[in-house]
Amino acid sequence: MMVAPLLGSIANGLVLRSSEAKRAGTLATVAVFVSFFCALILFSQVASGAGEPIEMSWPWIQIGNLNIEWGFRFDRLTSVMSLVITGVGSLIHLYSIGYMSHEKGSYRYFAYLNLFVFLMLVLVSAGNLAALFVGWEGVGLCSYLLIGYWFEDPEKAKAGMKAFLVNRIGDAGFLMGMFFCYQLFGTLDFQKINAAIDAQSGFNIQLMNIAAFFLFVGATGKSAQVPLYVWLPDAMAGPTPVSALIHAATMVTSGIYLIARLEPLFVMTTDTNTVIAFTGLGTALLAAFIATSQRDIKKVLAYSTVSQLGLMVLALGCRAYVAALFHLVTHAFFKALLFLGSGSVIHALEGEQDISKMGGLRKSLPVTSLTFLAGTVAIAGIPPLAGFFSKDTILHAALVADFRLWIGGAVVATLTAFYMFRLYSLTFLGTYRGKAHPHESPWVMTLPLVILAVASVFAGFLGVPHEFHWIPNFFEEYLKPVIPPYEFEGTLAISSHQAMLITTGLAFLSSALALVIFSRAKSTETKISLFRPFQMVFENRFWVDELYGALFVRPFQAISKFFAAIVDPKVIDGGILLMSRAAKRLGGVVVLVQTGNVQWYLFLMMIGVVGGLFLLLRGRVI
Amino acid sequence: MMSAILVSLCVLPIIGASLIFLGPEKLARKTALAVSLLCLALSIPLYFGFDGTQSQIFQGVVSIPWVPALGIKFALGIDGLSFPLVLLTQLMLPIAILASWHEERNPKAFMACFLVLSSFMTGTFLATDLFLFYVFWEAMLIPMILLIGVWGSQERIYAALKFFLFTFAGSLLMLLAVVTLFVSYKTQTGVMTADISELTKVVLSKEPILFGLNIQDLVFWGFTLAFLVKVPLFPLHTWLPDAHVQAPTGGSILLAAVLLKMGTYGLLRFSIPFGSESFSRFAPLIAVLSLVGILYGAFVAFQQQDMKKLVAYSSVSHLGLVVLGICTQNLEGLTGSVIQNINHGLSTGALFFMVGFLYDQRHSRLFSDYGGLAALIPWYSFFLVLVACSSMAVPGLNGFVGEMLILLGTFEANPWWAGIGVLGVVFGALYTLTLLKKTLFGPVTANENRSLKDLSWRETVPLIILALFMLWIGLAPGFLINKMKPTLENYWKKPQSAYAMSGNPK
Repeated sequence: MMVAPLLGSIANGLVLRSSEAKRAGTLATVAVFVSFFCALILFSQVASGAGEPIEMSWPWIQIGNLNIEWGFRFDRLTSVMSLVITGVGSLIHLYSIGYMSHEKGSYRYFAYLNLFVFLMLVLVSAGNLAALFVGWEGVGLCSYLLIGYWFEDPEKAKAGMKAFLVNRIGDAGFLMGMFFCYQLFGTLDFQKINAAIDAQSGFNIQLMNIAAFFLFVGATGKSAQVPLYVWLPDAMAGPTPVSALIHAATMVTSGIYLIARLEPLFVMTTDTNTVIAFTGLGTALLAAFIATSQRDIKKVLAYSTVSQLGLMVLALGCRAYVAALFHLVTHAFFKALLFLGSGSVIHALEGEQDISKMGGLRKSLPVTSLTFLAGTVAIAGIPPLAGFFSKDTILHAALVADFRLWIGGAVVATLTAFYMFRLYSLTFLGTYRGKAHPHESPWVMTLPLVILAVASVFAGFLGVPHEFHWIPNFFEEYLKPVIPPYEFEGTLAISSHQAMLITTGLAFLSSALALVIFSRAKSTETKISLFRPFQMVFENRFWVDELYGALFVRPFQAISKFFAAIVDPKVIDGGILLMSRAAKRLGGVVVLVQTGNVQWYLFLMMIGVVGGLFLLLRGRVI
Repeated sequence: MMSAILVSLCVLPIIGASLIFLGPEKLARKTALAVSLLCLALSIPLYFGFDGTQSQIFQGVVSIPWVPALGIKFALGIDGLSFPLVLLTQLMLPIAILASWHEERNPKAFMACFLVLSSFMTGTFLATDLFLFYVFWEAMLIPMILLIGVWGSQERIYAALKFFLFTFAGSLLMLLAVVTLFVSYKTQTGVMTADISELTKVVLSKEPILFGLNIQDLVFWGFTLAFLVKVPLFPLHTWLPDAHVQAPTGGSILLAAVLLKMGTYGLLRFSIPFGSESFSRFAPLIAVLSLVGILYGAFVAFQQQDMKKLVAYSSVSHLGLVVLGICTQNLEGLTGSVIQNINHGLSTGALFFMVGFLYDQRHSRLFSDYGGLAALIPWYSFFLVLVACSSMAVPGLNGFVGEMLILLGTFEANPWWAGIGVLGVVFGALYTLTLLKKTLFGPVTANENRSLKDLSWRETVPLIILALFMLWIGLAPGFLINKMKPTLENYWKKPQSAYAMSGNPK
């Protein structure tokens, strides 16, 4: 499963370097398809019986008591993740053949993409924190290379660098979390950590909270949460299929995966969970508001991704790990679909990304339009599409945990329906406001759209919430050996049925509202936002980037400049030179230094020997 | 067998150097390369012959009386501490020679300098006699200064002198310490010896004699200052950027890959065994300086406009990490340091090699003259990205193994230090990515760059070899760690027990 994409990457990147997009792309796609079938076979193995994991390991770093292995473990959780990665991944590879057909030297693109799939599989099948970190940083690196794929454009190269650096801040947190885990449990192996927690409760809960907190910091980087989410919208500089695969379906969910993987640890850490839940909610709200006012089709989807990831994190904070994972899966389907759809639009309009210059594309792009609509309805949480079920499970968990969280979540859900239908209306409904001649994409691009649309429509039935108790929750049942199901406790402010009715009703209302307002847009000047008074705030994304610039980036540059221009040459070097000059004058040996090194050497050597003897005598050693 | 290899590694390059002087100018480069490859070939039986199960004993011992009256011997031997560094030296020498292939100014002397330098460097690592070590240590300066001062860039004389004065000032302090040890041993046992393991048995008075420091502290600092200058540890680092920038490519490679390692090697071989108590006392101070150096080096590197300066300051940052690992006084930190020493040699050696490749063609090291090279020389760009990844410790490559072990050890010693140390990881990515961005990415700004040639075999082969080692250490460092395991696992036990046994002085 894992070797195939790696080989594909090496073959494309180092050996063949075929300039033809079709050949490189076909090879890469076949590699991921092979991987997908292997994942299916493995899935059938772990799905049968009690779900015993398949394990593999060989030595990596071993010294003293420390033993870090290349440990891989394929259990049911891994099977879910790897099916999503290779399944969605192979569709996106297929799509890329069409999308990148006009590119020269796209072998590089496909090599990175294959490498990414490989490292992502390393991440989800790693048996310990260190091996996971290999995938964790590796996918970050691929993301960096792919965002900056069009490196001639300095803006794009910069966006890639920003993504890598912001992720590195998270990674620093991850490392600290890993060290705390090692200190607590004496191992980095997930199974051993989880077993140790299950077996005894004597661990220092304070330390566990700290460890969990630092790991969560790592997750905020990778999964684009406040305060480290700022890289994701910029990451849209990469080719659109990359946004679909890396920045929507897979890599950004690895933070969610990490926390779900260490579920026994996070179940215990109540304080950290509060932080997690509110961070998730805050992210979801912030990004949803921003998404309502963006003009760039990909930016809307990017903020939507941040917002949806926020919902998943909210679920994690409420200890609803299965709910988070289920939303992860459904989100992978519909968000990949939406990104690929937007890619199809951008492809058709020869690179136009501004939605105020779109509209009416329903007629010229029928397949794209229809599948995009499926994705929109799914993410908006309208029953019975996938997003409805997964989002409802999360909101239910929030309701159980804290009524405030539920209210926030409901607002996010409402906003989601609104900005998605705004996007759909402005792009596909009304009249066309641009100048290009839109045309439907080739089958390699539309086929993945259709498959993903079907998945987005029906995937929800895999994990039907408990309110519909007559349909079993297959997803929860399947993950039972890895993650014990979520337990319902406490009394609720409103019944869960009422809650569901309210949120669904709000989703319908806001969808309709958006449709009515934005489907009639005629000129590029038409208003594209509802929240007039706040539009400036949203459009400028709450000035977060500017704030970070003032708080961190500029001070850093100033300090760095101060050190490089003043401290190093003047203070330190100057100080030492001054000392040496003084010494030279004192000793009157300036001439010696300049006439011949040998004499100077011998002279000082003598002083040294004499001085040494003197010290020895004073020390009364002799 | 082992002894013969050790002696050959020390002597062969000098013979080679004499051959170069005798032979015609045309053959100078080829002779040098042949000799260096021979040494590299010899390190293969050395690798397999080295017994990785022994801990404290030197292997392949050679001992020839030299100054019998003073108990000084020409004594060589190898153990787990010197083993990886000796191999690294042999690996980097042919690469440095290949990087210097196009030097037209007196190539005979130039090549001879490299070979002589290699002899002395190997000797420094192998010496088991304190005086022999000191001789090699000082002798090494001569070819290095010549390399910088004769074949360097515009301000080579200034850089060479600065390099000399800094290291020499350190050496003087070390000489004091050496003499102190030597004399103390004589007075305590009545015998004269310069054997390193014998000298660790010296008991030094604990009475404060100078600013509250006792003799052991003074001996410790005598050695340590000399080594910290060489490392170089903040704030003793200012000779390094000048030396690196002015040195020819081959010189920079050996300076970064091997010479700086002598500082950390010296700490482990001399400072700590001779002053274990003092080290325990001063380790926090040194650790704080290393932390400052990690961040400071990264800050300053980030601002550089000159590629070589950026790499030089990155060395300050990286070696700060190595020293930090030693200061943890635990096994993880120590192992990490030893590994990171090698890693830094590989990755920084490769970086200087690659900067030199551009300099040879364009005679510029300034970022402003480059940009967009990824479109022009793709193989070069591939290797530069790979080496950059190794340098910023992307897991799966060598840098990560070292950094993670060091930080893990640091965390055990003091979580707050580790907290600051991981910031170094973030800043490390910052300046490394800046290096990539300013050379490889963006539009092609200078038209001269369009005629740049991509790597030829002369560059590709060394880079492939370095890349393979980076992957090997990153994926399966066992091949290296296992050879040093007993040495490392006993390291922190050794000095303490020696001290406990000897008790108080009479």
